[in-house]
Amino acid sequence: MSWITARRRHPAAGYAVLLLALVLIGAAYAAFAGHGTTASAAANPPGATKQQLAHGRQLFEVTCATCHGIDAQGSARGPSLIGVGAAAVDFQISTGRMPAKEIGAQMQEKRPVMNRTQTLAVANYIASLGGGPPIPSGAQVNTAGADAALGQQLFASNCAACHNFAGAGGALTYGKYGPPLTAATPTQIYEAMLTGPEAMPVFSDSTVTPDQKRAIIRYVTQTRSEPNPGGFSLGRVGPVTEGIVGWLAGIGLLILAGMWITAKQREQ
Amino acid sequence: MTDSDNHFEGLRGEPTGEGQHGGTAAGEGDRASRARRRAIGTPPPALARRLLGDGRAAERAEKPELPAEPANAQRARRAEQIAALCFAISFLGSVAFIAAYVIFQVHTLDDTFRSNLALGGSMTVAFLAIAVGAVIWVRELMPQVELTEERHPLASAQEDRQAFERTFAEGAQASQVVKRPLLRRSLLLALGPLALAPLIVLRDLGPLPRARLRHTAWKKGTRLVVYGTNEPVRAADFSSPGSLITVVPEGTADDLEAVAKAATIIIKFRPGELRRPTVMDWTVDGIVAYSKICTHVGCPAALYEHTTHHILCPCHQSTFDAQRGARVLFGPAPRPLPQLPITVDGEGYLVAQSDFHVPVGPSFWELG
Amino acid sequence: MSTADKALRGVGGYLDDRFRGAKSLRTFFRKIFPDHWSFLLGEIALYSFIILLLTGTFLTLFFNPSMTDVVYHGTYTKLNGVRMSEAYASTLNISFDVRGGLLMRQIHHWAALLFLAAIMSHMLRIFFTGAFRKPREINWLIGVTLLTLGILEGFVGYSLPDDLLSGTGLRILEGVLLSIPIVGTYVTFFVLGGQFPGHLLIPRLYIVHVLLLPALILALVTAHLFIMFHQKHTQMPGKARTDHNVVGAPMYPYFMAKTGAFFFFIFAVLAGLSTVAQINPIWLFGPYNPAAISAGSQPDFYMGWLEGALRMMPAWQINLWGYALSLSVFIAALLIFGLLMTGLALYPFIEQWVTGDKREHHVLDRPRNAATRTAIGVAGVTFYGVLWLLGGNDLIAHYFDIQLYWTTWFGRIVIVVGPIVAYILTKRICLGLQRKDRELIEHGVESGIIRQLPSGEFIEVTRPPDEESRAAVMSRVLFHGLAADGEREDGLLPAETRAPGAEVAAAAAGTRAPAAFESRAPGAEVAVSEAESRVPTPEARHVMGRLRLRLNHVFREGISLQEGDSHGDGHGHGDGHGDGHRELPSADEESTPRS
Repeated sequence: MSWITARRRHPAAGYAVLLLALVLIGAAYAAFAGHGTTASAAANPPGATKQQLAHGRQLFEVTCATCHGIDAQGSARGPSLIGVGAAAVDFQISTGRMPAKEIGAQMQEKRPVMNRTQTLAVANYIASLGGGPPIPSGAQVNTAGADAALGQQLFASNCAACHNFAGAGGALTYGKYGPPLTAATPTQIYEAMLTGPEAMPVFSDSTVTPDQKRAIIRYVTQTRSEPNPGGFSLGRVGPVTEGIVGWLAGIGLLILAGMWITAKQREQ
Repeated sequence: MTDSDNHFEGLRGEPTGEGQHGGTAAGEGDRASRARRRAIGTPPPALARRLLGDGRAAERAEKPELPAEPANAQRARRAEQIAALCFAISFLGSVAFIAAYVIFQVHTLDDTFRSNLALGGSMTVAFLAIAVGAVIWVRELMPQVELTEERHPLASAQEDRQAFERTFAEGAQASQVVKRPLLRRSLLLALGPLALAPLIVLRDLGPLPRARLRHTAWKKGTRLVVYGTNEPVRAADFSSPGSLITVVPEGTADDLEAVAKAATIIIKFRPGELRRPTVMDWTVDGIVAYSKICTHVGCPAALYEHTTHHILCPCHQSTFDAQRGARVLFGPAPRPLPQLPITVDGEGYLVAQSDFHVPVGPSFWELG
Repeated sequence: MSTADKALRGVGGYLDDRFRGAKSLRTFFRKIFPDHWSFLLGEIALYSFIILLLTGTFLTLFFNPSMTDVVYHGTYTKLNGVRMSEAYASTLNISFDVRGGLLMRQIHHWAALLFLAAIMSHMLRIFFTGAFRKPREINWLIGVTLLTLGILEGFVGYSLPDDLLSGTGLRILEGVLLSIPIVGTYVTFFVLGGQFPGHLLIPRLYIVHVLLLPALILALVTAHLFIMFHQKHTQMPGKARTDHNVVGAPMYPYFMAKTGAFFFFIFAVLAGLSTVAQINPIWLFGPYNPAAISAGSQPDFYMGWLEGALRMMPAWQINLWGYALSLSVFIAALLIFGLLMTGLALYPFIEQWVTGDKREHHVLDRPRNAATRTAIGVAGVTFYGVLWLLGGNDLIAHYFDIQLYWTTWFGRIVIVVGPIVAYILTKRICLGLQRKDRELIEHGVESGIIRQLPSGEFIEVTRPPDEESRAAVMSRVLFHGLAADGEREDGLLPAETRAPGAEVAAAAAGTRAPAAFESRAPGAEVAVSEAESRVPTPEARHVMGRLRLRLNHVFREGISLQEGDSHGDGHGHGDGHGDGHRELPSADEESTPRS
């Protein structure tokens, strides 16, 4: 009889099998689950040349026109893009939300399909159709000297309700959600505030000035890169994960200790 | 039961009758034979026992209740070494704690992290090692015992209860309280307000609510300023449909009490998008102002989905329709978010026409 | 005599000369403590509380409970220039400018979580083993009070730093107080010293948190322990364990060493958690601001059930003649709290009324043997659990990709359906386990050896259960536990001797039943005699009496352990039969268990 077979009736046998199954499932999930997207780096858009516009139009017709219409006028499947501006297009494409893989409650962030040149081309093409907010320049998203304290106040009053105090994200209605801000570049954050993608409200430059936007960006980037002096952050979502850890690790370990202390002793 | 099992004596220190092995029968026999063979003039057995001491007491004193040594000496020695090692590790942990306190400074985030790690880690080692050592000590080093203690019914014996009742009754009689109603009643009269007095002195804990909950800091002509920057909002600047921002009355940004009732959100709609029961007279060019204080239990209802025009309060998911007077669509909020009447002043800045027309925030009894 | 002996004798003599302690200290030293891991749950609570007192005292040396505004300029540079209360600023100071400050804050907060988790686990252990029965009802009431005080103490404690998360909790408290009918606004203004947030709330909460509640908790914990000592600890059923003894090891040196070791384990676990797991990072939340809010705002777990109730309630307000009754808030936050605590507090007395059982109980019930009680308990845990789960519904919606409103609807439905299903399932499982116990007694333990009989049939060889298992199973009938309908209380006597002299016969059969212990539950007597004689008892004249009889019947549903009662076909017992039975159980085998 093998070692395992001999112990099939051990009191802990059932628990061991269950634990093994959980570990295997977890490992399989981790191996196959989709990974986060990588956002492309921000760069100053070069001047839009005729070739670039033609390139952009070509890319648009191939990638976007099925849902947004051949002239970007919109269709049942996608809104009109006339007047949305280059910033909106840059945001959507560089975060991988566009082209949309499936039409759901909200477009998911994923690995972008276009590189920087292509993204800029499409963005400039759309901008040429009807104007709209431009892609912010490097200086505009440079947070050196920005007031993170002001950023904290603005973020807490206007942004944390959807994105959570540390930018960990939160739930909205009907399957929508405020995404985590952990991977967004300063340019993307600026663009999102400027254009109000999907359900997000619009924070135009006249409402939240570029200085104030930089303050918010500084707050976000500083917070997410800040170390956690107390140990593992447990997701930065607050008491829920703390409670889970407290019960599982705290009570769990102590019950194990208690079992050891009070276990029946072998004959000495 | 194990070989080392012993019966404990009962609480009063007297041996219980049937429980003891082999004691009773022999004892009875002894006493009987001694009674028969007693010489004239010698004290009776009971007195003799008291004078000379009960022979069995000596027996009892010599038989120990707990074994002195564990059964397996070699295992015990091994256990002692392991426990000693654990205690030594604990010693090192405690020393490390003191050293870490001296060595690791704080005053930056990274230093705090290192200090916390060092202090916490050494403390954990110190405590854990003592704990493990102590458990090994108890389990492996102390001789195993399983002892039995007698329980007696918790209720007192009848005589004791009756004696208590007698004492109680006698005392009550002696106190005269039972016999003299004038005394009794006047005493109760005296104690009555005394018991009430501690509640009375709490009256000044706070002011009376009066109508305070019905008013906020908004008045006619108060400018709306962006919360955090204190900049007033020009209607023309707040022109992108789907815009949202938090505003407070000018001058109140540092007064948390005022902000707690007056915090407001303004939302920009496209022309013609707003519907009843939104009061159009209270809007400016598609800009509508609602109280930010959720009417459920007061969290800021700040989450706005501009595609669906829903204001969602993140605390308990009350959902309000911003397009239609912030009426409640889902969730526990019992009434819509109050709408702040706004207009523009001479310079184009957004100002309030008046205070809210209904109380803001959670409902209360005198809501009206 | 060694120096140590002389010193001890000197000190002991000095004290004894003044206090006469020899006898009582000796009794204390010889007190027996039974061993079971579940008896240590209360200790986790006790020692967590002590650690809370120790770390809390450290924190009070640095914390400033003031709501006066200051502009921060300190180590946490991200908040430089931000207006915040002195309470928040001093907490930042403790975290980043006091060596060991962050560690102490974290240990304090983890200990609070552990304290309440341990109280709840301990309470569940007491409930499911029936340790709240006579003579321990008062200790149960003290325990429920401690749970309530502990929840309040924790809530008040984490609100002291005045950060965004806990301040939101205080805002919700204001909304809840306002919802109280008639006096709500007055209560709110008196508690807050005016309107929200005011300047008096944190200082007032501070004195409640460091003086008033700890004093109450300390006093009640002392009473709780003293009562437990005086009445002696209960014990799990087992060999030679009866209602008239306690079996285990003595306090000195065994229990002292074990409990001391456990104290250090608890401290070690708390220190370990505080080293590797960050808790309550108030610097990330930011200072409290009534216009700011974060997604995924939850209270600490022990308040989570109230939060869930608030989220689950549909909008409900009754407007009468200018007055508003905000039921969606009042019911969720206050009524449910009061009902649950009252229900918990009253449970021992309700159970005593239903069972009519007025005997002392010192041997614990195995949960399966009190099927109805266990099922009620699991239903209660389900109810609480659904509320608790709903407290984090937005996080669940976000991280598990479930639509937000569906989680709310899930809660609204399952809060009613869940406990009912849980009750039914648990009762079935308990009864099934009781059947398994009976099989163990009658057929023994499977040995894994298959033998072929001469007839060709294969059977599994069984051996009789060992003494401990047998004692554990038989404890239900031997020690006046909850006997099943129609089952004799002592399990060993024929029906005829069910007269007052039964206790003598029971003693003769090997169990002890001194006069102070009644031998049978009056309710059982009533129910049984009614079933036998078909003459209705006087009780059945009133609605309450009939209700009591009905509840009594339901409560006592169980599988009879009587000898010879199980199989009408008289199979041999003890060996030879495992799955070889093909006959269906006969009709009178089980008392008709109805849920």
